[in-house]
Amino acid sequence: MGFSDVFKYAGTRQKTGGLKIRHHKDTANFPTEYLPLPEQVVISMVQHTGAPCVPCVEKGDHVYVGTMVGKAPTAMSMHIFSSVSGTVSGIERIFHKAGMGETIVIVKPDGLQEPDPSIKPPEVHDFTSFVDALSMSGIVGLGGAGFPTDIKVQPKNLPDIDTLLINGAECEPYLTTDNREFLEHPDTILYGIDACLKYLDIPKCLICIEDNKEAAIDLMTKKAASDDRIDVCVLQSRYPQGAQNILIKNATGRIVPRGARHTVVGVIMLNVTTVSSIGKYLQTGMPLVSKRLTVAGDAIENPKNLEVPIGTQIKDVLNYCGLKEDPKKVILGGPMMGVAQFRTDYPIVRQNNGVLAFSEKLAKTPEITPCIHCGRCISACPMGLSPVEIGMAFERYEFDKFEGLNVDICIGCGCCSYVCPAKRPLTEVMTLSKGILKKSGKGGKK
Amino acid sequence: MDMQENYIVSASPHIRSKDTTQSIMLNVILALMPALVASVILFGFRALLVEAVSVASAVLCEAAWCAVRKEKQSIRDLSAIITGLLLAFNLPASIPLYIPVIGAIVAIIVVKELFGGIGYNFANPAIVARITLAVSFPSLMTSYTYPRLFQACDALTSATPLAAGKAGLPLMDLLLGTHGGVIGETCAVALLAGLIWLLVTHTIEITIPAVYVGTVFVLSWIFGYNPLQQVLSGGLLLGAIFMATDYVTSPYTHLGKIIFAAGCGVITCMIRFFGNMREGVSYSILLMNLLVPIINEKTRRVPLGGGAAKK
Repeated sequence: MGFSDVFKYAGTRQKTGGLKIRHHKDTANFPTEYLPLPEQVVISMVQHTGAPCVPCVEKGDHVYVGTMVGKAPTAMSMHIFSSVSGTVSGIERIFHKAGMGETIVIVKPDGLQEPDPSIKPPEVHDFTSFVDALSMSGIVGLGGAGFPTDIKVQPKNLPDIDTLLINGAECEPYLTTDNREFLEHPDTILYGIDACLKYLDIPKCLICIEDNKEAAIDLMTKKAASDDRIDVCVLQSRYPQGAQNILIKNATGRIVPRGARHTVVGVIMLNVTTVSSIGKYLQTGMPLVSKRLTVAGDAIENPKNLEVPIGTQIKDVLNYCGLKEDPKKVILGGPMMGVAQFRTDYPIVRQNNGVLAFSEKLAKTPEITPCIHCGRCISACPMGLSPVEIGMAFERYEFDKFEGLNVDICIGCGCCSYVCPAKRPLTEVMTLSKGILKKSGKGGKK
Repeated sequence: MDMQENYIVSASPHIRSKDTTQSIMLNVILALMPALVASVILFGFRALLVEAVSVASAVLCEAAWCAVRKEKQSIRDLSAIITGLLLAFNLPASIPLYIPVIGAIVAIIVVKELFGGIGYNFANPAIVARITLAVSFPSLMTSYTYPRLFQACDALTSATPLAAGKAGLPLMDLLLGTHGGVIGETCAVALLAGLIWLLVTHTIEITIPAVYVGTVFVLSWIFGYNPLQQVLSGGLLLGAIFMATDYVTSPYTHLGKIIFAAGCGVITCMIRFFGNMREGVSYSILLMNLLVPIINEKTRRVPLGGGAAKK
């Protein structure tokens, strides 16, 4: 780090909450590997927010890579495409990770990986054709949210949007897939950014990266130097830096009003892998059919950054990377916000970005002891909430207090549970309280 | 490879910080060690005996309570040891040994366990115990002994710095604790070493001790007392570093901590300058303990993006 870098990093101070967590980003320098075709892919019809897709193929049909298998029933969903060429061997119902049923399309690959003959780069020349192209791209918010990208880029106040924020913070420990995206596909990212700026008529773009990804920062700074519209914004590595409202505040100084969409402060935020996928789709016309995952955790023999066909089952990913021991906990996503799985035949969906397997040592649930009112959850909360008081209100069934305690703006980042020395499940309680408040008809998004 | 499908499923986050209630309490105990060593050096092994009796009775009280109530033993969280140590630090070295036993019963049974155990007490157990003892046994509690380095002390009473009047004692005596007083509060250097340990291990924030001591300093100066004498004498440092910072009985918001500590400082000065009680620090912390719930409620942070709409 040279002398001038001192100034580059000087603007990264942050006041709101959050935590310094050990990064565990051991896979940061591992180039992407490609998973050999699994025996079958299980394509879930729930790979986005909004209504589930409806299968548009039948058992026995032949599909190519990029053939639509799930059709979006409304504009708020996103079509789903086959990640392999082969034969549809079944359409079934399985239990979703959250305990609800969902439809799956099972495809047996033929090993040829022939692309769908109809695939060609989309013709994009203005805003309407850009949005139309995105609606056929299969691209959703790939940071984990799964919000359809074609909806995201057409907010009501599009003329007021002055900044495109590219979220490359990747604040979750262990995960390094966004970092690999920067290092392996910088030109595709810039192509995607350029298209967004051009067709959405946004004057400038900030690529936001946490300061622990120095190689990515250097590379993107160099690559974007020739473009006046694009700047790299270096942020402190502090969880949850990549959370929407936190990143907007730290990158632009703007504060998203409570309950409002982030676009009201004049920004559109896209994950770096999302924008790169846009670039790739515009160049090739191949919809989103594969996803890079960071496979890590102390039960994994060879941690990897692994690109897998969407619909690969978790067990295929784990077996390919090898297991040191039987994992006791398998998580889709990062350790702070990921979802613990109870089965490993569940498929990878497009917004997943990590598979973690923990040994018993990391997986065991700590003993819960009484709250000692240390206030660490309050200092840690990036949203300025008071988890200790929400927890007390929850335990005493004082549900009428939830509104005054603003529980509805909890983003579920996990900081409060993480810091709690009494190991109280505060995040869990906050999420439950949020649900109770929503049911009572008060608070929540207006 | 067949995998056994009995995974642990729990809500996120799936990683937790290393700190536990036990590790925090251990850090506080370690922070109290310099003062303990200083007390033995200054007041002899009689001080160690008082401390041992106090800690043992505090731990026994808690264990007995859990046994009688058929609850899970909670002594492993180490908080009873801290209460015992703090109680002993507030006693003169010559105290009869039944006094710390009574104090421990008041602190652990009455103040802590009757209100629900760790986390539920409304006031600092050691402080209430000290006040109870001071009210019940006023002469025993104030027969301060003069330090006789490493020697068995006799019950020679000597002036504490606060009683020594406006002239006060030499600064060096105050820093090293070579003056009369209760066993844990005289040696400022040892207490400050403990403070540094608490700060380095992120056990407490500097807010409460700094604001408390700062308020006393400024008010002493305004009222014409020697600020440094006031800060270094009596139980101020012990109270500001170890008692006012008790998590359970201090506010958990940043602004709340400032208000709490400033209130402690003001009440301490009022009692010292205009009252005739000796337990200014204890009473001020107890009074502010009672205000903690309301301070917490009134100093709640406005969340990012603004608070709830008014009904």
